[in-house]
Amino acid sequence: MPLIEARNISIRIPTEDGVVHAARNLSFTVEAGSLFGIAGESGSGKSVLIQAIMGLLPQAEIEGECLFQGQDLLAMSQEELRALRGRQIGMVFQDPLSSLHPYYSIGRQITEVIHTHEDVSNAEARRRAAEMLEKVGIVNAAARLDDFPHQFSGGMRQRVMIAMALILEPPLIFADEPTTALDVTVQAQIMELLKRMCDELGVTIVMITHDLGLLSSVADRVMILYAGHRLELGPASAVFGTPTHPYTQGLLLSSPGISGPDEPLMSIPGRPPSLLTTPRGCIFAPRCPQVQEICRTPPPVREYADGSAALCHFEPVPHDMEALSHAHRATDATEAAPLVSIRGLTKTYRIASGFARTRELQVIKGIDLDVIRGETLGLVGESGCGKSTLARIVAGLEPATGGEVDFDGSRLSDVSGREWRELRKRVQIVFQDPYGSLNPRRRVGAIIGAPLKIHGLAQGGALKDEVRRLMGLVGLNPEHYNRFPNEFSGGQRQRIGIARALALKPDLMIFDEPVSALDVSIQAQILNLIRELQEELNLTSLFISHDLTVVRHMCDRIAVMNGGRIIELEEAGMIFAAPRKDYTRTLLAASHVPPRPAAPDHRKLIATLPQQGAV
Amino acid sequence: MIAFLIKRLTFGVFVLLSLSLFVFFLFFVAPGDPARVVAGDKAPEAQLQQVRENLGLDRPMPEQYLRFVTRAAQGDLGFSYRNRQPVTDLIMRRIPVTVSLVFGGVLFWLALGVPIGIISARNPGTWKDRLGQVFILLGLSFPTFVLGMLALYTLYFLPRTAGFTLFPPGGYAPFLENPAKWAWHLALPWTTLALVVAAIYARLTRGQLLQVLGEDYIRTARAKGLTERRVVYRHGMRATLTPLVTQLGADIAVLLGGVIVIEQVFGLQGVGALAVQAVQNQDRPIIIGVVMLGGLFIVTTNLIVDLLYAALDPRVR
Repeated sequence: MPLIEARNISIRIPTEDGVVHAARNLSFTVEAGSLFGIAGESGSGKSVLIQAIMGLLPQAEIEGECLFQGQDLLAMSQEELRALRGRQIGMVFQDPLSSLHPYYSIGRQITEVIHTHEDVSNAEARRRAAEMLEKVGIVNAAARLDDFPHQFSGGMRQRVMIAMALILEPPLIFADEPTTALDVTVQAQIMELLKRMCDELGVTIVMITHDLGLLSSVADRVMILYAGHRLELGPASAVFGTPTHPYTQGLLLSSPGISGPDEPLMSIPGRPPSLLTTPRGCIFAPRCPQVQEICRTPPPVREYADGSAALCHFEPVPHDMEALSHAHRATDATEAAPLVSIRGLTKTYRIASGFARTRELQVIKGIDLDVIRGETLGLVGESGCGKSTLARIVAGLEPATGGEVDFDGSRLSDVSGREWRELRKRVQIVFQDPYGSLNPRRRVGAIIGAPLKIHGLAQGGALKDEVRRLMGLVGLNPEHYNRFPNEFSGGQRQRIGIARALALKPDLMIFDEPVSALDVSIQAQILNLIRELQEELNLTSLFISHDLTVVRHMCDRIAVMNGGRIIELEEAGMIFAAPRKDYTRTLLAASHVPPRPAAPDHRKLIATLPQQGAV
Repeated sequence: MIAFLIKRLTFGVFVLLSLSLFVFFLFFVAPGDPARVVAGDKAPEAQLQQVRENLGLDRPMPEQYLRFVTRAAQGDLGFSYRNRQPVTDLIMRRIPVTVSLVFGGVLFWLALGVPIGIISARNPGTWKDRLGQVFILLGLSFPTFVLGMLALYTLYFLPRTAGFTLFPPGGYAPFLENPAKWAWHLALPWTTLALVVAAIYARLTRGQLLQVLGEDYIRTARAKGLTERRVVYRHGMRATLTPLVTQLGADIAVLLGGVIVIEQVFGLQGVGALAVQAVQNQDRPIIIGVVMLGGLFIVTTNLIVDLLYAALDPRVR
């Protein structure tokens, strides 16, 4: 008997803007002891689904049924559900810092679960908490029970979360993006831990993630969600190996790790639809490369012999996935003179604290690096390795503590105020967070035109024309000149950021994690745009990312940073083919790349069912 | 921790010194001759000169300031120009009244404001929340004296005309002599003060708690299967406490420096009333004394709030 049997779940959430249809007619089963993955981009309704089932979204209206051990969760009273939470179903959330209460010790937060559901002494509860913490890898757990969440690192906090979810050994765990907020090497450890613990204790996992690479390596069965619709469901091997739905195919092909370093990424055009409206036909039709007339009508569910099912009018069409060919970018890196030359660079921050004495923290511990004209140099490393600080120093946003940075012959530490002005024009940054880095109260035209205005390069009609040209260059509609940033999606905002950086025709572009805040399908669009621009404008760029697959896709050379130093600097291909340092190997091993899907030409259709309740 | 305390204490002393310099300077540039205030308008020049000598007003300014500061540090704030009584005694006599008024008020306004804020935050958008918002709006927009007059009219004057005494119109009875009488006299001022200030606390509690209840760790608390009561009080209110303590510290400090309007309305002889009289009489030593006292209260409560902060928030420790 399956542990969970969900039938025709629909979720509606009334909001000020209208009713959000977060889930439509979802059915799936989860076998006991398996790992069931729910994948989708942000806004696909995957988190809402789990929280609504658990009764954590009181304002949501839910239809359908969700049998858990034979009982319908959706028919339960709040009190019955509450008794189930923590006891029968544990939950692990994405960000272990914000998901743990900052004011209570971890021991108290864990024993609280025990005390809520069982009548045991505090000493006994603490003993069990320490035992569980020991199991999830907290060293000397008994002594650390009274420590607070902020005294643990991100990975350790997530271990605490897992211990808290497993403390009563519930038969089921819902894990909502359990590794997303962590560094890649830590991600691998946490995922391994979660799987091992659940195998040992016989716990079933339902895992939500947007990371298809990760999912392909751990899941038994997966469900692909898109705008609240179940587009594909089946064994992981079938869904990832021979994806049936055009959306799944597109998602897999948009991962930078799949395409060779010199081919453009397959990207899914457009962006996910609003959940406020009800589609007339197939929800994916507006973005589907295989769309046809019939897609205006609701698609049926097609079931295949390998146990998978897809919500699509068509049986999979074999299409040539290898057809993309590309010219190699010609950059003879060794011969050109460096544009930026860094020697012995160090950076130390002084940290003032209310109680303790001022501490010194050295984030960059002696770096030598050349950025050669015309190349794209990748900087990879985990958070805190100093890669963003390095970029800020090169951009002149922060002074170095020691060492020298030469930009096209001028030494940054010696230049005068007026020369700075000139230099600033020549180095531009595209920032990570396209939401936080654009002033919400300024119009897009003003944002993109600001650098031109500041440097007195254009005004009036000429300024407007130039801004429109830039908007066109990055794929924005120049008509949207007068709109505000909040009227654009994340991907479009990043295009605004790129247009602004391009306005001054800089010699060096610094991309600081330009796609890490974006969904996979949007990420591919932006990466392709950056590549096109690099080729068209012959940009020299410094490309910073924590994601090796992205860096490999974009860069000629890659510098791997760890603990404030560059530990390996090599041609992109070489780093992947023959990494020399252990740390690089760990990084490589930790990043999951989804398998390159094969053309689905040998699947056997066994049933076509009209979609229930679809309007 | 000790280093922090020393740092904060030094800073507090620095603040008080700057304040003393500031009021002392005002004392000198303000128009009006202190000697004339003391000796009377019609006093002959020779007598004025005598007064100046007695008070040390003929000495150079830095010397006068130094003398003022060293004496103030020992608790001696000089003498009133009007009745020659020591300023320290005058203020000390008034402090019990103001302290009684403020701390009783604190209990009342917390008991009124915080629960209203909690109910509002737990039921956002419902009639309960709307009612809470109306309370907040009224409390914030009603002038204190109007509220005080209303309290007097309904709870003193109306019963009085009907022939019985529900509450006294004002005045003060020392706590140590008769606690019941003390509370009976202060009931109306407390209520008035509480109604005015509770609105601020209701609004603060509502806003903070609403924000906290949206945090990820509250979702975790619910996912653990805790009862809603425990989620709100143990997890939600725990995080709301810090901003409440900050606000409380600031309010207590300011009010201890003198609750002017309420003391006037209810005829209470507190620090606020003393300050008003001193201003009317141009009695500068008293004005300076009251200002310095207010500064002292603000510096100490700030220190206490900082220590409480460390006790409340493990991340600050």
